Amino acid sequence: MCLAVPGKIITIADSPGNDPFERTARVSFGGIVKEVCLAYTPEAKIGDYVIVHVGFALNTVDEEEAHRVFEYLRQMDELAELETSPP
Amino acid sequence: MKYIDEYRDKQGAERYAKALAKITTRPWTIMEVCGGQTHAIVKFGIDQLLPAQITLVHGPGCPVCVTPLELIDKAIHIASQPGVIFCSFGDMLRVPGSNRDLLAVKAAGGDVRIVYSPMDAVKIARANPESAVVFFAVGFETTAPANAMSVFQAEREKIPNYSMLVSHVLVPPAMEAILSSPGNRVQSFLAAGHVCTVMGYNEYYPIVAKYRVPVVVTGFEPLDILQGIYMCVKQLEEGRAEVENQYTRVVRREGNAPAQQILREVFRVIPRKWRGVGEIPQSGFGLAAKYAAFDAEERFGIAAYTAEESGECISGEILKGVKKPHDCPAFGTRCTPEHPLGATMVSTEGACAAYYRYRRD
Amino acid sequence: MSDFTATCPIPFADYPSVLMAHGGGGRLTGQLIEKLFLPAFANPFLSQQHDGALLEINGQRVAFSTDSYVVQPLFFPGGDIGALAVNGTVNDLAMCGARPLYLSAGFIIEEGLSMETLWRIVQSMSRAAEAAGVQLVTGDTKVVDKGKGDGVFVNTAGIGIVDHRLTIAPASVLPGDAVLVSGDLGRHGMAIMSVREGLQFETTIESDCAPLAAPVQALLDADIRVRCLRDLTRGGLSSALNEIADASHTRIEIDERAVPVREEVRGACEILGFDPLYVANEGRLVAFVAPDDAERALAILRAHAPGGEAAAIGFVQPGGGSRHGRVTLKSRIGVIRILDMLTGEQLPRIC
Repeated sequence: MCLAVPGKIITIADSPGNDPFERTARVSFGGIVKEVCLAYTPEAKIGDYVIVHVGFALNTVDEEEAHRVFEYLRQMDELAELETSPP
Repeated sequence: MKYIDEYRDKQGAERYAKALAKITTRPWTIMEVCGGQTHAIVKFGIDQLLPAQITLVHGPGCPVCVTPLELIDKAIHIASQPGVIFCSFGDMLRVPGSNRDLLAVKAAGGDVRIVYSPMDAVKIARANPESAVVFFAVGFETTAPANAMSVFQAEREKIPNYSMLVSHVLVPPAMEAILSSPGNRVQSFLAAGHVCTVMGYNEYYPIVAKYRVPVVVTGFEPLDILQGIYMCVKQLEEGRAEVENQYTRVVRREGNAPAQQILREVFRVIPRKWRGVGEIPQSGFGLAAKYAAFDAEERFGIAAYTAEESGECISGEILKGVKKPHDCPAFGTRCTPEHPLGATMVSTEGACAAYYRYRRD
Repeated sequence: MSDFTATCPIPFADYPSVLMAHGGGGRLTGQLIEKLFLPAFANPFLSQQHDGALLEINGQRVAFSTDSYVVQPLFFPGGDIGALAVNGTVNDLAMCGARPLYLSAGFIIEEGLSMETLWRIVQSMSRAAEAAGVQLVTGDTKVVDKGKGDGVFVNTAGIGIVDHRLTIAPASVLPGDAVLVSGDLGRHGMAIMSVREGLQFETTIESDCAPLAAPVQALLDADIRVRCLRDLTRGGLSSALNEIADASHTRIEIDERAVPVREEVRGACEILGFDPLYVANEGRLVAFVAPDDAERALAILRAHAPGGEAAAIGFVQPGGGSRHGRVTLKSRIGVIRILDMLTGEQLPRIC
């Protein structure tokens, strides 16, 4: 239920009849490539990173939000400095 | 690897650890529901970075752990039938049933195959029209869209030899069951990030309002989990109880709309029995009427099977967070990964297995 | 021979039939050897429980080893059952510090196997033998009924001579010794996964199947104080370290960040939920050497490994304490935890 891994879309195969549920992509995980179903990420395009679970892309990875974790750390550090710096 | 390595950064982990030590002034008990998070916590040793006042409790977050005994027995029954190709995720193969597991069925000559995706099972069904191909559809909401799609496609393409043994469970009802049980000590939750990728996190607002516990949607890498814990503790220390999202790079509040649409089409919410916990109303998925023909329990006539749990196994209390593996008299002696008494020792995410492999002190 | 003693004795009657896990190289394999095989053939050579047996015949030290190959598919990226069979025994001999000289080969062939397949396997063995500097001097062929064979099973046995004076075995391992690996890990296991039905993926990962006799000879020729060698096969690095720690009554600590794993192998492990430390290898060894020789030994291993990814990954510490938890790992985020033995084979997971 939890093992979903981020990978990069390198090619997309539109399904015969353009059925969004049958849209698939070749996704690279550090160089290994697996065919992944894009039924649930109709907006995903080549070059996007998607989070993949049991052969299905569940969402695209938001590059900007990805930095949040580090932004948060930076803010915590700044706060800590403010608190410890002499008045 | 991008979006993985950065979140396993040692300095980042240490900084979060320091920050947690600074803000923690009282003991707090936090539960992570997802087995994948349990796995990461134990594998990276994240709990060893936390201040002593924080207790992490491992909840019923592993579909292997919560799949009821009779469902394993049903799987074993089906897999033992001639002419059946039984497909499953690897996790389920070593879960003990009443007297054996799926690996033993394979050893005895059953055609049991590990697949990466339910669509692989559908492929096998297309390629083997003379065999009954049954897929063991377990999982939380994360896996449900994939499992649903397999049935959706099988129905559209009219693949008559494909069917599914369904054992889906839902997270929010489990959280409610834990919060409402007497003796509950859990004060805050790390919500399962990949479940929320599918379902969003609107379902947690009523829970937070009713029980006044912070819920933070959390990812699976060390920095995600540390940040999630930090956000929980911050709320607890400040007396707040809100829903927050740590895993913003993947989780949106509304979740995944096309996935939810297929879930509504293929599944309906039903009561489910959770191994070691008992039946929780509205806590699982079963196939909707339109897809009932793909229900393996009906096809093989075994819907009425029941089974009785081992008297010694305390998985249930471990899953609810009431006890830890060391509290179990059988832990490490009569119950080991080679000889599991219950699912929490079999699954690599099970709290008992994780403790056995990585700690045992 | 697996060098392992069970930490958790389980009544023999608990396994009325042999399971796949008994062949996985982990705990159950060890138990099978200890409870079933060792007692039946008890002798001082067998009780060394090392990859090969070190014998003395008329004053000449000789190493003798055997290995069987049952891999499916028969051909996989980077190798085939034939090359595995030759290199497997060559490597077992090399792990004793022996110079492999002669091999035997036994074939159990399933009726119906294509003659061309058999020919390709044999050609591959011929090339592998030449590359390893050994000669195949005797053999046997049997054919079994269709359905009883899985294509072909190959057994090889081999002898080599030991020219040096060292005792290369777990018993020689000392606290302070450096732990080295000869290259990046996990290629063989993931190469096999990549062609397994139901799990296939596109990859350039090739098996690391290769003979190790040359780097071992080079270490010995350079007078490196080699305490123990082990080729990493099924069960991966973790099994080898646990077996050696147990047999030598020491503790071993390794640093996860020092263990070389290629990005592709990591990617494959991530999506299947595997830990590279447990994945099978075929052309990799772990070497325990005196700490002062570690740098020179590493340079020699790097010179012999294609890509040169040999690395120092940890140290041996004094033993003592419980039998469990002899091998510890410093995780990527700096926390130390136990690196346990696996029970059976790793299975792909979703959770």
